[in-house]
Amino acid sequence: MSISSNTPLTAGTRSLISLSNVMPWIIAALALIFLPFVFTSGSALTIMNQMAITIIFALAYNMLLGQAGMLSFGHAVYMGLGGFFSMHLLNMVENDGLWLPLPLLPLFGGIFGLFFAFLIGSFSTRRAGTVFAMISLGVGELIAACSIIIVVFFGGEEGVVGDRTMGPEFLGFDFASQQEVYYLTIAWLLVAALGMFLFSRTPIGRITNAVRDNEERAEFLGYSQRNVRWISFCASGFFCGIAGALFAVNFEILTEENLNLATSGSILLITFLGGVGFFVGPIIGAIVFTLLQTVLSLYSEIWTLYLGILFLLTVMFFPGGLAGILAMHVLPWKLGRIGLLTVPYAKMFIPAVTFLLSIVAVLEILFHARHAAIGDEEMSLFGLTFNSHSLLPLVTAIVLIVVSFWAIVKLMPEFRAAWDSATHIGKETS
Amino acid sequence: MSLFIVNILDGLVTGLLLFMLCSGLTLIFSMMGVLNFAHASFYMLGAYFAYQVSLYTGFWVGIFVAPVLVGLIGAAVERYGLRRVHQYGHVPELIFTFGLALLIEEVVQFFWGKSQMAYEEPAVLDFTAFAIAGNAFPAYKVFMIFVAMGIFLVLLYILTKTRIGMTIQAALSYPATVQNLGHNVPLVFMGVFGVGTAMAGLAGVIAGPVLGTFPGMGVMLGSIVFVTIVIGGLGSLWGALAASLIIGWMQTFAASYNVRMEDILTWFGFTKPEPVWDSSLQDLWTLTLPQIGPILPYLLMVIVLVVRPQGLFGKRES
Repeated sequence: MSISSNTPLTAGTRSLISLSNVMPWIIAALALIFLPFVFTSGSALTIMNQMAITIIFALAYNMLLGQAGMLSFGHAVYMGLGGFFSMHLLNMVENDGLWLPLPLLPLFGGIFGLFFAFLIGSFSTRRAGTVFAMISLGVGELIAACSIIIVVFFGGEEGVVGDRTMGPEFLGFDFASQQEVYYLTIAWLLVAALGMFLFSRTPIGRITNAVRDNEERAEFLGYSQRNVRWISFCASGFFCGIAGALFAVNFEILTEENLNLATSGSILLITFLGGVGFFVGPIIGAIVFTLLQTVLSLYSEIWTLYLGILFLLTVMFFPGGLAGILAMHVLPWKLGRIGLLTVPYAKMFIPAVTFLLSIVAVLEILFHARHAAIGDEEMSLFGLTFNSHSLLPLVTAIVLIVVSFWAIVKLMPEFRAAWDSATHIGKETS
Repeated sequence: MSLFIVNILDGLVTGLLLFMLCSGLTLIFSMMGVLNFAHASFYMLGAYFAYQVSLYTGFWVGIFVAPVLVGLIGAAVERYGLRRVHQYGHVPELIFTFGLALLIEEVVQFFWGKSQMAYEEPAVLDFTAFAIAGNAFPAYKVFMIFVAMGIFLVLLYILTKTRIGMTIQAALSYPATVQNLGHNVPLVFMGVFGVGTAMAGLAGVIAGPVLGTFPGMGVMLGSIVFVTIVIGGLGSLWGALAASLIIGWMQTFAASYNVRMEDILTWFGFTKPEPVWDSSLQDLWTLTLPQIGPILPYLLMVIVLVVRPQGLFGKRES
């Protein structure tokens, strides 16, 4: 399923519908259908819905960043506008008796996203790279700022609310329960993900990759780089609109927050952390990010600091993201030498985890000592309770950092050697 | 009329402040092709460092120490961060600086918290320089104008009249040739990045007491800075100056003249629907100039891009 961006030339010539191509989709669909039987609580369903929406959004974002090489800083706009429009449609269903079954709503959200992408893309896709990024930022800020002024459409600071259950029943469902909304969301998730996957296999999807890698050469082949970018931009806007409509259905409220720069930034973060070079990258990113967001924010006040550090380290050292790290293990796996890596990984595990946790401990202690209410000197971390103002915990954590770092450095040569022999093509040397 | 003059001066302060950020950003861009997304974050760092230093030594030491510290951090970021990411291309570089902007904001909140710092202008400059028909103009703003002008003239002198400036300009257009002539081009890049961020830091030092020193100050100015250099033309120093002044004046005037859409529409002979909040055109009727002031720069950018994609002073579209 992980189709790398530098696919070999034979990729397009194979039959599209083969068992190995269809299997991942069937497995994913079955897993999605049975998940609610494992995680039955309402909050788990909400998190899974949010994950599904983020996955669609991240995949649509990666159509630009990964497939077309266009970095957008204002992509929340298309999801947000699709969502706002869907919310107004919902209200028209409720108030004006418009006949529109809820499951069809995301289609209209998508069309609205497409419309805006068409409009804005007409001048923003002229150039790729930095210029496109800046224009997308400016347009994003413009529309986010407009959302406070144009009260009729955006509802001002309170946002727009609606009720999804007021429409005509669809096959006997009225979508009042969270479960029904979950199945609606995953149905659209599968449709949208499959649509985006197939789009990347079409000739236009292929030419998009060509324009990303060398726009001049694509022009000489007779393709207008600008039109190619415009088409991918519109397609991306369409799927963003679908995500927006699903957001409207799920949360029944849209505010300025759905359009602003912070949301646009976080989708870039999610997509890049997951890996832009792979179709599954944004999916991994969305799942991991949503989990981090819901779990880490419970335990730490400075989780966004960790996220920032993680993001910067990813950009600097692992530009392939999480999917890229996973893909690095495909070669040893195919060579049948993945077993060579287990011992070094197991040896590295304890120092690496100690290193990370002690850095976290230092940051948490410093943060607590600096920002806790005056007189509140007691803090608990990893199940231990201690005084954050005393030196002992801090010194212990720093010593642990040094010791575990020393252990990592000591283990590194062995680790490297194991990695080299596991990825060495040719006769096994031992 | 007197209000007009006060607005001209206020707009000049805002415009020159913007220019202190834009000039560094545009120099860095034309040299390395990198748009430093974190530029406004260095501006914020400048304000916070100056605040921290001023707690111990007073304002005047901070104004010299803080920009140097920010410049050193900037140079380190170029040397150990950007240069590493450079091999992957321009888009990852932009993503790197975006991540850096996020991280700097988080780090600032980690050390100084979310609330506004009590960073204030020095007592020496805390008086009214002059008044125009009752509108007082504080001495600190005069000081800001002089600092910004001084920086601009020094920059212009260095870039056009000195040997270093010649090397920098040559390295802008033909880095490989300059490298072959025996100049250390990576060092020049690092230096320009350091000086550019130091200027952003200085802008933060002098703007902190007026605009407030809080974690959102970078983001608040950040997108305006990008819009400014896109309007001026990417890589053009004069374009950056012109666009900064235009945006400075535009925002100041929009904020102080309460032109109401209602009056304009009535003047054209339309009648106001009553009650207005039931009408679908209510937003049009209740619109005022101060309200749309913040979006004017973005509107201007879209118009400039449609009419003249290379920007006001840009030579080529790239």
